[in-house]
Amino acid sequence: MMELQRFPGGIHPEEHKQESSSRPIHAAFVPKKLVVPMRQHIGQPSKPIVKVGDRVLKGQMIAEADGYVSVAMHAPSSGIVTEIGLAAVPHPSGLPDLCITLSTDGRDEWAARTPIDWRNTDPAALRGHVRELGIAGLGGAVFPSSIKLDPAGGPPIHTLILNGGECEPWITCDDRLMRERAEDILEGARIMQHLLGAEKLIAGIEDNKPEAIAAMRAAAERLGLAIEIAAMPTLYPGGGGKQITKTLTGLDTPSGGRTTDVGVQVFNMGTSYALARAILHGEPLISRIVTVTGHVLQPQNFEVLIGTPISELLLHAGERDGTTGVIMGGPMMGFDVPDMDVPVVKATNCVLAKSKELFPPKPRELPCIRCTQCVPVCPAELQPQQLYWFARARDLGRAQEYHLFDCIECGCCSYVCPSHIPLVDYYRFAKSEIWAREKEKRLSDIARERHEFRLFRQEREKKEKAERLAAKAQTKRAEAPAPGDAEQDAKKKLIREALARAQARKAAVTPKNTDNLPPEKQAEIAEIEARRAKIVEIAKQPVEPEQH
Amino acid sequence: MTASAHILKDSNSVTRVMLLVLACLLPGILTYAWHFGWGIVINLAWASILALALEAFALRLRGYPLKPFLSDGSAVVTAWLLALSLPPLAPWWLMLVGMVFAIGVAKHLYGGLGQNIFNPAMVGFAVLIISFPAQMTQWAAPLALAAQPLSFGDSLAYIFGGGLPPGVALDAVVSATPLDTVRTGLLQQHTLGEIHAASSIFGGIGGVGGEWVAAAYLAGGIALWAFRIVPWQVPVAFLAGIWLTAGFLHWADAGRYAAPWFQIATPSAMLGAFFIATDPVSGATTPRGRIIFGLGAGFLTVIIRVFGGYPDGVAFAILLMNLCVPLIDAYTQPPVFGATRKK
Repeated sequence: MMELQRFPGGIHPEEHKQESSSRPIHAAFVPKKLVVPMRQHIGQPSKPIVKVGDRVLKGQMIAEADGYVSVAMHAPSSGIVTEIGLAAVPHPSGLPDLCITLSTDGRDEWAARTPIDWRNTDPAALRGHVRELGIAGLGGAVFPSSIKLDPAGGPPIHTLILNGGECEPWITCDDRLMRERAEDILEGARIMQHLLGAEKLIAGIEDNKPEAIAAMRAAAERLGLAIEIAAMPTLYPGGGGKQITKTLTGLDTPSGGRTTDVGVQVFNMGTSYALARAILHGEPLISRIVTVTGHVLQPQNFEVLIGTPISELLLHAGERDGTTGVIMGGPMMGFDVPDMDVPVVKATNCVLAKSKELFPPKPRELPCIRCTQCVPVCPAELQPQQLYWFARARDLGRAQEYHLFDCIECGCCSYVCPSHIPLVDYYRFAKSEIWAREKEKRLSDIARERHEFRLFRQEREKKEKAERLAAKAQTKRAEAPAPGDAEQDAKKKLIREALARAQARKAAVTPKNTDNLPPEKQAEIAEIEARRAKIVEIAKQPVEPEQH
Repeated sequence: MTASAHILKDSNSVTRVMLLVLACLLPGILTYAWHFGWGIVINLAWASILALALEAFALRLRGYPLKPFLSDGSAVVTAWLLALSLPPLAPWWLMLVGMVFAIGVAKHLYGGLGQNIFNPAMVGFAVLIISFPAQMTQWAAPLALAAQPLSFGDSLAYIFGGGLPPGVALDAVVSATPLDTVRTGLLQQHTLGEIHAASSIFGGIGGVGGEWVAAAYLAGGIALWAFRIVPWQVPVAFLAGIWLTAGFLHWADAGRYAAPWFQIATPSAMLGAFFIATDPVSGATTPRGRIIFGLGAGFLTVIIRVFGGYPDGVAFAILLMNLCVPLIDAYTQPPVFGATRKK
């Protein structure tokens, strides 16, 4: 038995796992309409490669990965493309985003599936397949897996952790997946271990899932896989990347860094399963396990096609009167779905129907009394009450000094706060403000550089013109040869070099706080920027005159 | 639309925090009433009424809803802390002036709940002891020593009317506190031994009755810590600050400086340690900061008691440390997770 370590902070909210964990995974059903958003992962949205009216087969690629930090998107079932345009997506902002809408034909006809002989495939090519097959982290972060599986450029990865923490209350999709499909999960882990070159493979599962632990151990024995399967104490947020790394390896991820900095890579159980299906069976990521629970008649897990409207999923689980809303994700980190017709996406691990009894309206927010009950529960060992203060006062510099960006937004502080302050909202606000300001600064830097270059260019043109005129005059006068091309080239080269030097100097002195951010954060920033741009666009649209 | 937790820890609220503080004050209050009579009970009730009325008035002026803020309990906590700091037979208007400064000035002029830099009750106390020193030194004599204990009606009449029952002299119901007795005696060039011998106010280690009140505050304070409402650092450091400072002085000259246990066994020291210095709003928030805050307040308490011009130093010590909180907090930030290993 390995020795487990305790990560700092954490809470014990009511688990509510029994409601949905006792029933087996319900097989996928095909809804009439599937809405596949192009932005389901962190990074660049996928680029549609089909046209309206095209017939597509199940598993056929309908949008390609746009660059390195991106993945491809596939048709979850066979049918006709009916629309490519803005549609409602599950995002807290409630803003629509680019989606491909399919009208299914009910035949659920597969495209050709080609398993990949991963042992005899070049790692880079294999990672390419992972991207082409649409694999992104299913634990909630939906970061493209192909990037996480690339060990180049960082310290060597010695340990691969399979994350079966599933520490959020209500959610049981990984629990059921481990109980029912443990072998596939472990097959996926084998491929990931191969790609990462990790010596050690550990699965961490919270001890409130004894059946899953037993199933995983049995499967590992059957496969003869060298893996340590550890029962971790149930403590939220024990499934956080840094937290599970601490629990299983005792390693502290540096502040502002990632677990890979200490040689540990963490993957969710569902991702490992999806990877195995993709590589070994040629099935792209077109479905996932979703826990449908809370205020429904039959809480259970469903295998759901990506793009299935949440309203339809709720009908399958038995919608009840008195539903006051739906949370996508768990009650700690999930968000209220703004529109019940939004589709299930790769990040959707849980659809949690709310009722007044299960989720009573929050009492009024009172001022912070600095009681510091939030301090001992913070897993990042921050001072939440100070960060709150700085965020409120828009003292963003101080907020950063107090390690705002180490906040994992787990919500432990909001959970214990006697003043019922939605603290995480304040931290998110401060983070997005900082990103916006840095972007503004970058833009103004670019504008200034452009302006300076323009002045330089005008000066140069004036000079060149004068020289040309002088040369012309000289030729006229003395019939002397014009300045040669070589001379011109030399001049241009000098100018280029001077420009490059000036730019290098500027780059060296310009502080860029976003430079050291991990790619997930950068991608997140990009995502926020895109939404911001969209808001601006929407705001620019002419308002229809009110009619009375 | 919220990204913060959709669920909350059961029943945790500001009201719960404040009610627990009040509950943990009860042992001290009961012991107080047992040893010193009805005065304190009347004053607590009077202070509570004033606090709620003033709080409601201030909230109305500031345009805040009454219900959530009146029911948070913070005004009553301020009221009780001020009432417990004043002489139990203090006249009604003294409490009124004190509460106006506590709730009106120290709390609401600074922005209300959670915004005050200074502990409101201590601001009220400081204003009173500077403005009305005579009334503030007329403490009820312990019942064990009082010639004619006042009944409930007598106490009520005295507090609101100022009249004593016929045939009862003022000296029979009020007396100086042990701390005050010591400082007056020392000013008259007596040694501590002589002072102790000349007065019957001294008990086993503190004052008659007072030492038991202090013990009851200690018990309530430990309960408050067990409920995780106050951190251990502040009271422990506060009492250690008193003990170390008083101990050093006593060691230097036992004839002039009272024993450290005597300084600790006063009701004001125990009330200050567990219920006033621990006020989260005006106190330090970091673990190391709380130790500095407590040590500083304890040190200043003894210095003001021994060398200052006032009979007690707890209020001024805490107010002075309140001033230092932003600085203390800024310099005592604990390391965050993963901070030891910089990239």
